[in-house]
Amino acid sequence: MNEQKKEEMIIRLVNVSKVFDETTAVENVSFYVRKGEFITFLGPSGCGKTTTLRMIAGFDIPTSGKILLNGQDITDLPPNKRPVNTVFQRYALFPHYNIYDNIAFGLKMKKVPVTYRNEKGETYTKMQKLTRREIDEKVKNALAVVDLEGFEKRSVSTLSGGQQQRVAIARAIVNEPEILLLDEPLGALDLKMRKEMQIELKEMHRKLGITFIYVTHDQEEALTMSDTIVVMKDGCIQQIGTPTDIYNEPANAFVADFIGDSNILNGTMVDKLTVRFCNRNFRCVDDFERNEKVDVVVRPEDIEMCPPEQGMLVGRVVSVVFKGVHYEITAMVGRSEMIIQSTQSRTVGELIGMNIAPDAIHIMKKELTSNRYDGYITKKNTVVFGDGEFECDVTTLYPGSHLDEDGYLITAQGEKIDLTDADVSVEVGLTDIEISDNADEGGARGHIVSLIYKGDHYQYIVRTEENEEDFVLDTEDLWNENDYVSVKIRPENIHMKLKQEIK
Amino acid sequence: MVRVHFNRRQLCIPYGLFLALFVVIPMLLILFYAFTEEVDGILTFTFSNFLNFFTSTAKLSTLLMSFTVAIISTAICLAIAYPVAYILARSKLRRRNVLLMLFILPMWINFVLRITALRELLDLVGLLGTQNYLNTIIGMVYDFLPFMILPLYTTLEKLDESYLEAAADLGANPFTVFTKVTFPLSMPGVISGITMVFMPSMTNYVVSDTLSNFNITILGKLIDQYFTTYDNWHMGSMISIILLVIIFLTMLATGGFKDDGREARGANLW
Repeated sequence: MNEQKKEEMIIRLVNVSKVFDETTAVENVSFYVRKGEFITFLGPSGCGKTTTLRMIAGFDIPTSGKILLNGQDITDLPPNKRPVNTVFQRYALFPHYNIYDNIAFGLKMKKVPVTYRNEKGETYTKMQKLTRREIDEKVKNALAVVDLEGFEKRSVSTLSGGQQQRVAIARAIVNEPEILLLDEPLGALDLKMRKEMQIELKEMHRKLGITFIYVTHDQEEALTMSDTIVVMKDGCIQQIGTPTDIYNEPANAFVADFIGDSNILNGTMVDKLTVRFCNRNFRCVDDFERNEKVDVVVRPEDIEMCPPEQGMLVGRVVSVVFKGVHYEITAMVGRSEMIIQSTQSRTVGELIGMNIAPDAIHIMKKELTSNRYDGYITKKNTVVFGDGEFECDVTTLYPGSHLDEDGYLITAQGEKIDLTDADVSVEVGLTDIEISDNADEGGARGHIVSLIYKGDHYQYIVRTEENEEDFVLDTEDLWNENDYVSVKIRPENIHMKLKQEIK
Repeated sequence: MVRVHFNRRQLCIPYGLFLALFVVIPMLLILFYAFTEEVDGILTFTFSNFLNFFTSTAKLSTLLMSFTVAIISTAICLAIAYPVAYILARSKLRRRNVLLMLFILPMWINFVLRITALRELLDLVGLLGTQNYLNTIIGMVYDFLPFMILPLYTTLEKLDESYLEAAADLGANPFTVFTKVTFPLSMPGVISGITMVFMPSMTNYVVSDTLSNFNITILGKLIDQYFTTYDNWHMGSMISIILLVIIFLTMLATGGFKDDGREARGANLW
């Protein structure tokens, strides 16, 4: 990092972690914020964004790591000693004070250096409290900034949610903090009010020129307001970037899924700049190693519809929803679902063709922790996926259920359910798959297309012939590439989830 | 089977009867006795009981005694109870419910037994018979402390942490956070506690009698004497009325009747 960049860094977190009792809320987070920046922490609830904010404010002390403000270590500094102010999620306005006293709360304690000149002409500075007049002036200005002139004497309980929100902002900015922290400040407002406040906050940020650190779970809010977005999940930073970067170049499937709508498909790199998904090869612009399993992300607005015979993919429309500006069309391509946004409508049941431009195909490295498949339940209560049929325990789909003599599922509530043809998503762990050279022993059959030695075990990929489905497995046994094997999975290791409720 | 339906008005009848029999009629009776006197077997309207009370040095000194006992007891209770309630409510102690239980457990033991035990204890340390005033105060504090702790605990426990965080965030040090936010916001609990302790300590003469060997007379005792020893129901009723007015005024002064539902919520356990 060069000197100039360091200079404009206002706050920096270095390997910060926070552990509450046994649970890790924030794990080894490092980032910096530039002076004057509007930075947003975005993520689902429980992702650690609020904890990160609270550590910057000083309400929580990191378990490990350092927080630097203008290069100075403030990790253990109490909140009242930090030049940082917070707008709380539920405003936290003091109910026993009126609006004036709420806003003046910080000012009354503040001491500023005042320069005097003594008889000898020497100057000296003294730390002094603000005068009553100065406080009046500042409170008035702050109320003007939030458009609440003349509200000084009102009590907190007479104000609407939106007005309380504004007072909370005024109470924070009146202290002229170096950083303003905002913890989901718009969460309690209705949609229209929220939109207005988004614009006002952005405008305020521009006028005041102070650094804003904003926390939200609303991706639209983050995209609208921020200069920089930090996407978090499970206490870890997933991606840091501008709204455009985050939307157009999501770092992984989680970011893609969380920001905007997306189709996330399983794919495999089959050649240089070629990816295979939905049983078709597509040209793409991201390059990965051959045979690597990848996540393919396609934005719904990037899929172009065309007549079936001209499409790279062909699917049948299963639902059409009018969304105001566009239609949201869902089509099934084989057993994969595709969401398409288009200004043209289609009818349910119609066959459509789909084309995707190479630069609209975003390819991400798969964090391989397990095998995932789309499958369905057969009449015999077995499950079909990955070009094979496997014994499974269908009662795991409904907790407390059992099977009757005829093979129908009886739920804990006594309802009788026919699972035939029910679509399920299937997950199988890497170590839960066994391979055998007896072709009749397992549920699916294929060739070993790849083997990688991983220190203490081998990772194999078995690919089926029919639809080229892959089974990735870890084992200590040694096999050879191109061996024809069958895949065995114990029923209890097949984890299934119903895609839709069965009526 | 005949289904019996009561409308709301009918359901109120038992309560109305109860209020009339045990609240309204007795109050009217007390008022009637307070402003009458018996002259030659005939009841006549008079202010003499009222005038008598405020001109009798003995009665006024009893009033003063009751006041000082009640004020000192209440102040000591508050001084002891606030830190206890604060620690129990705000700390992350694992067994704080057990601790709270220990503090309020004496409330469930018969009060006469508690006071008799305290009397033995005071006798043991040599205070009994020598320090009548002090003993009375000790007794009142011992007896009413749980009534101060409980409302304070309820208020402090419900106090939203974000107010304290906001104050610290705006630059207040822990002491200022307490004086400017925590304490003002716990006022409903303080007021509940004060009313719970102040009123009974003005009247609970079992404590003063037992621990001062009948040397300290408070208003409650005086009322008892007029009804039993002197058989003068008129004066007894008048003192009761005066006490009622005093308590009413104290409540008014401390804002106990303030109908500010939002802040007082939860603290009006009593």
